[in-house]
Amino acid sequence: MTTGQTLVFDGVTKRFGAVAAVSDLDFTVEPGRVTGFLGPNGAGKTTSLRMLLGLVGTTSGRATIGGKVYADIPHPMRSVGASLEASFHPGRSGRAHLAVVARAAGIPQARVGAVLEQTGMSPYADRRVGGYSLGMRQRLGLATALLGDPGVLVLDEPINGLDPEGIRWIRSFLRALADEGRTILVSSHLLSEVRQTVDDVVVIAGGKLRYVGALAALEGAATTGSVVDSPDRAALAAALTTAGHAPQTTAEGLTVALEPIEVGRLALAAGVPLSALAASGAGLEDEFLALVADPDRGAEGGRA
Amino acid sequence: MSFVNALSAEFGKIFSTRLWWVLAIILFGYVGIAAVGIGFALTLTPEEAGVQLPDDFLAPLVYSMTTATGYVFPIIFGALSITAEVRHRTLGTVFLATPHRAVVLAAKAAAGLLMGALYGVVGLLGSVGAGAPVLAANGQQTLLDDGDTWLLLGRIVLAMALWGLVGVGLGVLIPSQIGSIITILAFTQFVEPLLRTAAAFVEGLAEVGRFLPGAAGDALVGASFFTVFAGATAGPAPLEWWQGGLVLAAYAVLFGAIGAVTTWRRDVT
Repeated sequence: MTTGQTLVFDGVTKRFGAVAAVSDLDFTVEPGRVTGFLGPNGAGKTTSLRMLLGLVGTTSGRATIGGKVYADIPHPMRSVGASLEASFHPGRSGRAHLAVVARAAGIPQARVGAVLEQTGMSPYADRRVGGYSLGMRQRLGLATALLGDPGVLVLDEPINGLDPEGIRWIRSFLRALADEGRTILVSSHLLSEVRQTVDDVVVIAGGKLRYVGALAALEGAATTGSVVDSPDRAALAAALTTAGHAPQTTAEGLTVALEPIEVGRLALAAGVPLSALAASGAGLEDEFLALVADPDRGAEGGRA
Repeated sequence: MSFVNALSAEFGKIFSTRLWWVLAIILFGYVGIAAVGIGFALTLTPEEAGVQLPDDFLAPLVYSMTTATGYVFPIIFGALSITAEVRHRTLGTVFLATPHRAVVLAAKAAAGLLMGALYGVVGLLGSVGAGAPVLAANGQQTLLDDGDTWLLLGRIVLAMALWGLVGVGLGVLIPSQIGSIITILAFTQFVEPLLRTAAAFVEGLAEVGRFLPGAAGDALVGASFFTVFAGATAGPAPLEWWQGGLVLAAYAVLFGAIGAVTTWRRDVT
């Protein structure tokens, strides 16, 4: 494995004609961490990643990997692995696809079997890709990215199309890779999708940077709420309302914009027994949506 | 070295899908049938056709069915080596492995040449393999003991190789698969035959007509309907064989160069 490198976006801008797809992106992505690259569809995530990989030219600014633009990296696939859209020639088997890429990148053929094994694709390796499910294509894309045993992984929406078991697998897989010191950049349009995986987040919307920083800081900025329920739901609702925190009824019980410990104290004081009490992530999701929706908003604790 | 790696990858791509052998089988059958057909037609009815063919012209004409009917195959194969990557959105992966795009294009050009030559050999297996026995059975000379015939076969292989190169040039010039194939078929099957026929009859066009790709390819091979009957019509003689080869190569380089500075440099989105 090559060592994880720092990715630097330095004033990266891309215009397609009059349309600014990405404007003046400035952020860094550190090794040893999983960084989520978040934003709604059309925010400019894919364009940004493709500029980093030299597939799309920048209008101005530079995106570098360990200080170099992609084309200047000798044997780039041994330093940087990328999976962008999981598209392959449908008539070629997964194994043949990997063999071809390995040849082009000057990577020993022995790696083909290794990455097939690593991504759980060995049983399907000799089938033609045309018959693969989206989840299998995603795994083959990831296998392609891993061919060179790179220190940097750039994955565009890698969770799309995976089944729940696949999602659990990729989360722990990416975590393990980051723990080995690699740089992992993963894009997604859903915070909830990567929330359990990422250490840092970069949020863009409308081609502009909205937030850079630790996920924990974003969580800190978000108002935390609780989901709570009681056999005597009416009494619980009354107690919360009396304390000035109007609850909402949902399928799981009552949600309230109050930390669980406060909810517990109120219930104890009112003598209402609880059947469930948990922190709700809605606060973070709301914070994320607000970031993405409001161009002038910057989150507290962010480095943006 | 990245060119060697890229070339090796191109052959890896070619031989891991079915296109190359499907085209080879069709080419073999098509050229073989054409060679047998022309062999029979001309051995049985040369006088009735009203054209007096020299004895040593029949075998070259039969053998050159490889290029006369089969030259579209290497063009299409060469063009598909580019357009299939665009169509299946695999160009991104290719450029991630080989970021210097000129290297990728050079590897595709080399693979197009070599595969064209392979199709030349496959075509000859059809045109000589099926044509020579027909000639022999009808008491005609096969000329296979003649060194000139083997030079002809060599030029046929070279012509097919150059057509493969032209195909790669066309593919990068017109990366749309459907656009590329329609252009190739329309030009080779309709536009150029029409232009060449017009050139044979219209004063002043004949000079230009010699430089059409198909005319240049025929000049390189040195035996085809157009060149055989060129003696019958007035007008400038076809190009020398080596001039024909250079003209074909020039078309390939021209198409490829225009494509290289236009479509090939585009953002891969």
